[in-house]
Amino acid sequence: MGDTIVVTSGKGGVGKTTTTANLGTALAFAGFRVVLVDTDIGLRNLDVVMGLENRIVYDIVDVTSGNCRLKQALIKDKRFDSLYLLPAAQTKDKTSVSPEEMRYLCEDLKEDFDYVLIDCPAGIEQGFYNAIAGANKAIVVTTPEVSAVRDADRIIGLLESAELRNPTLIINRIRPRMVKHGDMMDIDDIVDILAIDLIGVIPEDEKIIVSTNKGEPAVMDSLSQAGEAYRRIARRIKGEEVPLMNLDVPNSIMDKLKNLVGMY
Amino acid sequence: MWEFIFRVLGRDNSNSRKHAKERLRLVLVHDRASISPYLMNRLKEDLIEVISNYMIVDEDEMELHLNQNDREVTLVANIPIKQIRRDYMERSQISS
Repeated sequence: MGDTIVVTSGKGGVGKTTTTANLGTALAFAGFRVVLVDTDIGLRNLDVVMGLENRIVYDIVDVTSGNCRLKQALIKDKRFDSLYLLPAAQTKDKTSVSPEEMRYLCEDLKEDFDYVLIDCPAGIEQGFYNAIAGANKAIVVTTPEVSAVRDADRIIGLLESAELRNPTLIINRIRPRMVKHGDMMDIDDIVDILAIDLIGVIPEDEKIIVSTNKGEPAVMDSLSQAGEAYRRIARRIKGEEVPLMNLDVPNSIMDKLKNLVGMY
Repeated sequence: MWEFIFRVLGRDNSNSRKHAKERLRLVLVHDRASISPYLMNRLKEDLIEVISNYMIVDEDEMELHLNQNDREVTLVANIPIKQIRRDYMERSQISS
């Protein structure tokens, strides 16, 4: 029996889909059987991030409404035989699936997969409740911005009242240089405020844009810093103890000058 | 002149990180304070239960609400007491 993990955030655009794609790929790379479920009905994107948009025949609504069998709707990944995607429907809306149906779906998927990763839509409406209905664990993604952390706080409250206790936190798009100069909240600030366990920190990385352009998750790029951060999170999900990535920035000429003048 | 050099060297004391954290803290105090009437009632009942160990309160006249201002949220309770229990010393010793 596998784990069902929902990736959620409240705010849009903080990296839920990127996180789902990368963690799923990293776990499949480690040899696990993984299925990614896109619950963002009407605004599906996980297929594009995974580079599988041309292979969609059936979607999640076809499965829950009985138009096809579950196996027919699962799309096998290009790179890994043990990785599958269940795409969202694009022409329906969030009410096309009920939390009850999601629970049954996740039960079925858990039979066949080690990890079921659910990409949650932004917002706190029915799409959110669908996405968390079948999950037994939750990962909250945020960025070091007031608005994103505020929404994460709200989501953590909603998860807890839905009996999804102890969600873990991913802080995405941190810019070490800005943190160093006191222009961005650091990891401790955010963990302090949200008071949940941190499972990883992802540095801002232009390679994410390149990898999304190509439909190849960044974990496949050994030079991508964000990819490395996601590989580490995947190992933590497996239960390994992995230290946080070293995100210290080397002193710039300006910093050295400042030190010299004693104005640090 | 110094001002110019400070600016060039980036010694701008704005420190938006502290700003962000403080604003976030205040916003969350307000967000989290939106307690449902159900929770408020539970809190009221729990309070009555605890206080009843020491004194008899007027449950009907009891008032409980959250006060918000820009800086903080406070829980304000107005609990009229009908009678102080004479036996509370003994009661606390028995239970401990």
